[in-house]
Amino acid sequence: MPSTVIVGAGPAGVRAAETLVQAGIRPTVIDEASISGGQIYRRPPSVFRRDPNALYGFEAKRAGDQHRTFDNLRDQVDYWPNAAVWSAQGRTLSVVTETGPKELRWDRLILATGAMDRVVPFAGWTLPGVYTLGGAQVALKYQACAIGEHPVFIGTGPLLYLAAYQYAAAGVDVRAVLDTAPFAAKCRALPGLMSGGRTFLKGLYYVLRLRARGIQLAAGIRPVAVNPGPDGTVSGVVWHDRRGREKRTACDALAAGFGLRSETQLADLCGVSFVFDPVQRQWLPSQDGEGRADIEGVYLAGDGAAVKGADAAELSGARAAHALLYDLGRAESARELKALNRRLARSERFRRSLEAGAFPFPADLAAGAADDLMICRCEAVTAGELRKSVCELKATELNRAKAFTRLGMGRCQGRVCGPAAAEILAESLGVPLEAVGRLRGQAPVKPVPMTAFLDGAVS
Amino acid sequence: MGLAGHSQGQLRRVAATDRPRIAFTLDGALLEALEGDTILTAILTNSRYLRRFEFNGEPRAGFCLMGACQDCWVRQSDGMALRACTTLIESGMTLLTRGADGG
Repeated sequence: MPSTVIVGAGPAGVRAAETLVQAGIRPTVIDEASISGGQIYRRPPSVFRRDPNALYGFEAKRAGDQHRTFDNLRDQVDYWPNAAVWSAQGRTLSVVTETGPKELRWDRLILATGAMDRVVPFAGWTLPGVYTLGGAQVALKYQACAIGEHPVFIGTGPLLYLAAYQYAAAGVDVRAVLDTAPFAAKCRALPGLMSGGRTFLKGLYYVLRLRARGIQLAAGIRPVAVNPGPDGTVSGVVWHDRRGREKRTACDALAAGFGLRSETQLADLCGVSFVFDPVQRQWLPSQDGEGRADIEGVYLAGDGAAVKGADAAELSGARAAHALLYDLGRAESARELKALNRRLARSERFRRSLEAGAFPFPADLAAGAADDLMICRCEAVTAGELRKSVCELKATELNRAKAFTRLGMGRCQGRVCGPAAAEILAESLGVPLEAVGRLRGQAPVKPVPMTAFLDGAVS
Repeated sequence: MGLAGHSQGQLRRVAATDRPRIAFTLDGALLEALEGDTILTAILTNSRYLRRFEFNGEPRAGFCLMGACQDCWVRQSDGMALRACTTLIESGMTLLTRGADGG
């Protein structure tokens, strides 16, 4: 029987699995987590007893739907929890699983690999107590912990306000919410934002609730530095307000994030070609608009294909599965594809007004990193060393710069430093961002224990 | 600037504290965690950092908490490396903030 594999069990992966099972196909679903949900609908370990409304707020119903859907599919899929794909060669995935290393052949592959925060380094960002916005959310949802007693939320994007709201609702003393995007940008984006309907209203609600609690909200800011206390942990953050005046806010933790970036390494290793997306400022795996990549049998879905949010991820997960079914000769999927395409097109205007309008990425902040600022937190490479690789060693694209400086060569494989490094390199060279290319995916895409190589793979 | 009176750990529990307690050791000190904690949570509810950075010794306490940034690897006393944010704590674990080789 042909092998159909889904990588990821977040909103996109779950809907893809559901669609395939309904069509009588039994997919293998590979999940890095111990239980489905992805990051957005992350579930705590089973020993936690928590009210879903407290965990997911407005999204409790949707999260519950997702969880129930996948739990009900469990007998109809081969589910591999706690399993990480670390390489893809030809039509074989190398996977570290609970029971050891495995090689998995696929005939059809749906990549629903999700996204993580897009990071912009600023002074003090490697101090203990500084986390990504997504990380701050994971701490709360998955572990019922706050990242500190008095956190500040800084960066930009819808997640900034959502995470801060969730913390405030959990009783945490949120000190400030500091947004690099100017208020005027949000006003200009308003017509497009309103096309988001319920999603837009939720965002507005979070902002109003934060304001009603008396939490400081500032827009058009620039982060300057996280200040360490005597014990080397976070004691406060220095920032410039929209008029350039220096402000200081005492805090014991910082959540920082500047939108999301897609996890694209596996598509890369599968040989899918990439195109530059000027809105997301990232190279993304190319697809035909229905999730078909340009490698036969590979389909792309969810935020790992392009960041469009959880609701769109469910739709694009179902769409990738229907495209797969259509390609297998199931003509009835054509109608579903048409309907899904329509719904996804409707959400597109809202997404663009979020990404390009209301919460623009502060590329100048990333590009303007001070020479002594550590950009690569794995390998301790500074912005100055990166610039030197341009001036003295003539690095004209990211992979050359990586070879010269070790930036992006560490354990995270450039997931964290990649976006900022590209901005710095482009600025140093005086070329557009797309001209510096992208860090190539390299196996292992996640660290693997040596036993994965030594034990001899079994399938 | 600065805040007085923060708890000893970096992370602060806000709910679900009615779980069974688990004992583990960190750099030889006997500490307590709750069942269902990740190693990261277990350490950071007791401490402000969980490892020292290889290149300059600065303290690190994880970053992305979702298995992507790889900044929270710690070691067991037997040398086994564990990603703290995605591995659940088990009773009796003996964890080290510096590598088992002391590096």
